[in-house]
Amino acid sequence: MNLTWRLAWRNLWRHRRRTWLTVSAMVVCNVLLIFLIGLQLGSYDVMIEGSLGPVTGHLQVQREGFQEDQRIRDSVPAATALARTLRRALPEAEVGVRGTAFALASSEARSFGIQLQGVEAAREPGVSTLPGMLAEGRYLRGEGEEIVVGRLLARNLQARPGDEVVLLGSGRDGSMAAAVARLVGVVDSGVAELDRALAQVDLAWFQSVFAMGDHAHALVLRLPHLEAVPAAKARVQTLLPPDSELVVLDWDQLQPGLRQAIRTDMVSAWFLYGVLVLLVAFSVLNTQLMSVLERTREFGVMLALGLGPGRLARLVAMETALLGGLGLVLGILFGTVLTLALARWGFTYPGMEEVAQQFNLPARLYPRPGAAALLVGPGVVFVGALLAALYPALRLYRLQPVAAMRAV
Amino acid sequence: MSDIRCRELCKTFRQGEERITGLDRVSIDIDSGEFLCLSGPSGSGKTTLLNALGGLDRPDSGSITFGGRRIDCLPRGELADLRLREIGFVFQAYNLVPVLSARENIEFVMQVQGVPAAERHRRSLAILAEVGLEGLADRRPPAMSGGQQQRVAVARAIVSRPRLVLADEPTANLDSHSATRLMALFQTLNREHGVTFVMATHDPRVMAFAARRVSMEDGRIVADRVQEPCAPEPA
Ligand SMILES: Nc1ncnc2c1ncn2[C@@H]1O[C@H](COP(=O)(O)OP(=O)(O)OP(=O)(O)O)[C@@H](O)[C@H]1O
Ligand SMILES: [Mg+2]
Repeated sequence: MNLTWRLAWRNLWRHRRRTWLTVSAMVVCNVLLIFLIGLQLGSYDVMIEGSLGPVTGHLQVQREGFQEDQRIRDSVPAATALARTLRRALPEAEVGVRGTAFALASSEARSFGIQLQGVEAAREPGVSTLPGMLAEGRYLRGEGEEIVVGRLLARNLQARPGDEVVLLGSGRDGSMAAAVARLVGVVDSGVAELDRALAQVDLAWFQSVFAMGDHAHALVLRLPHLEAVPAAKARVQTLLPPDSELVVLDWDQLQPGLRQAIRTDMVSAWFLYGVLVLLVAFSVLNTQLMSVLERTREFGVMLALGLGPGRLARLVAMETALLGGLGLVLGILFGTVLTLALARWGFTYPGMEEVAQQFNLPARLYPRPGAAALLVGPGVVFVGALLAALYPALRLYRLQPVAAMRAV
Repeated sequence: MSDIRCRELCKTFRQGEERITGLDRVSIDIDSGEFLCLSGPSGSGKTTLLNALGGLDRPDSGSITFGGRRIDCLPRGELADLRLREIGFVFQAYNLVPVLSARENIEFVMQVQGVPAAERHRRSLAILAEVGLEGLADRRPPAMSGGQQQRVAVARAIVSRPRLVLADEPTANLDSHSATRLMALFQTLNREHGVTFVMATHDPRVMAFAARRVSMEDGRIVADRVQEPCAPEPA
């Protein structure tokens, strides 16, 4: 090892305990950052999947303008064939066809306006988490004249499985659409909006009641993971019939508030991280300043021997780099172990289950191990430590050799 | 042609209201290859003069030329370079880097001077032998006696054969045998390599070796005489 590095390393251990304390502060901060960033990224995944799961999916093919106005006329023609094309072209994706209409649902007791969806009963569990959220009864079997409603809607209608629900709306051609369906199941998504207004029936039956023919309103795609969305979107775009007025919308376009919410959350999180890094930087500043001050005499001798202050400043920078490097390596080591353990076994805290339930999130969070979560925090701490040593190092430029050698 | 020429050097220290005279109109010429000792009571200004000669501290007034160059108004960086390449210092207190071994202390300065590693290694071991510390190359200063540390500091100062060695009490912590040996070494360097020595001392043994003896009092030179130096003892 180079003599100057050796000197820097030994200088670090002149005050063992102080060095270890500073390193510990860095390690704790690094581990905390790794844990928090991993958890944060992990919980965004959960949050996105949680809000996209019940209805939205990752991608939807719709008629242009349907997303804004939800008019029944803005439909996708030849939906069955298009769905078949998509399934063949994107084998990793689940594809479900849906029709949507506003209707009035009446039980014996009351009437409510609802959003009625016609779904492929066999396919829907692949694209939506809703079929898995049954509170009562069973899900659709694709037999027609059956309906599944949200928990609040069922309560408002005062209807239970087995009861009849009368549906009234207008068909695609403007004709009157009326039908009676038997309530077979009640779903509880945890999202009040959905539980209050959503109802699903079998697609084929929906198409006949609302005079849709082979038209639908959305082809919903669900992909193995979020990262696959952009590529899949581009692929689907090429598969749409030309001049069809059909568009592919990704989850960000379908649910515009979601990304914004995440961004807001990130800003407040980064602020917290910034404070953490600042605290550690001050601890390094304190340590290095003390270590420079107590060596005033020694530095004075070096200056007298003809070493430039720049060389001494470099020595202090090297010492700080070693100090920071130690914090970096140990921090990443412990942080990785912790993240891998939590990624395997999950993380929960008292009270989290209730919150999770309320927001339709799983009760355990799994931090996402990845280069970003592992390296960003410790990297910033390392740079922060180096910056913090700038002040003590720059002080050396003001040192006068004779005065410094007389110092105690 | 004198190598060092000081004219009317004055230096006053301020301690609160009190003004302390460090140097009072000191003028002295020192030729290249001289072996000179500064003597005088404590507080007479010996260290202050050495610091001024080495460019460590600026006089309030007066001029110093070193090898024909004015050094009393050189910028800091050039002064540092001058010290690094042409002047060897031995300070009143030992002033070694405590976490480096004797050999590393010597090599560190050579590294800064740009001496290649193999050469550094060879020269540091050789110089340690010359000052009588051959067994202590890997010992660190806290584990050495005062005299041993002082000899390492001397070795560090002379290892690169500077033109001028400024030594402040180089024998303060040495027993008489080591002191004589060190002076003999200085004398050899002086005679064979033409290194100029200026030493501040209270030690009669050092004074005996010097060819010129300058006495100071209250920041002034009160006597300056040439004498016959005592011969180096046969080793
Ligand atoms: N930085 C300083 N601040 C105040 N006074 C100083 C300073 N440096 C030296 N002095 C004073 O200047 C005078 C000369 O000091 P100097 O160190 O040159 O003496 P010296 O001859 O080397 O003495 P000694 O033999 O004890 O080493 C002394 O009175 C000393 O107290
Ligand atoms: Mg002195």
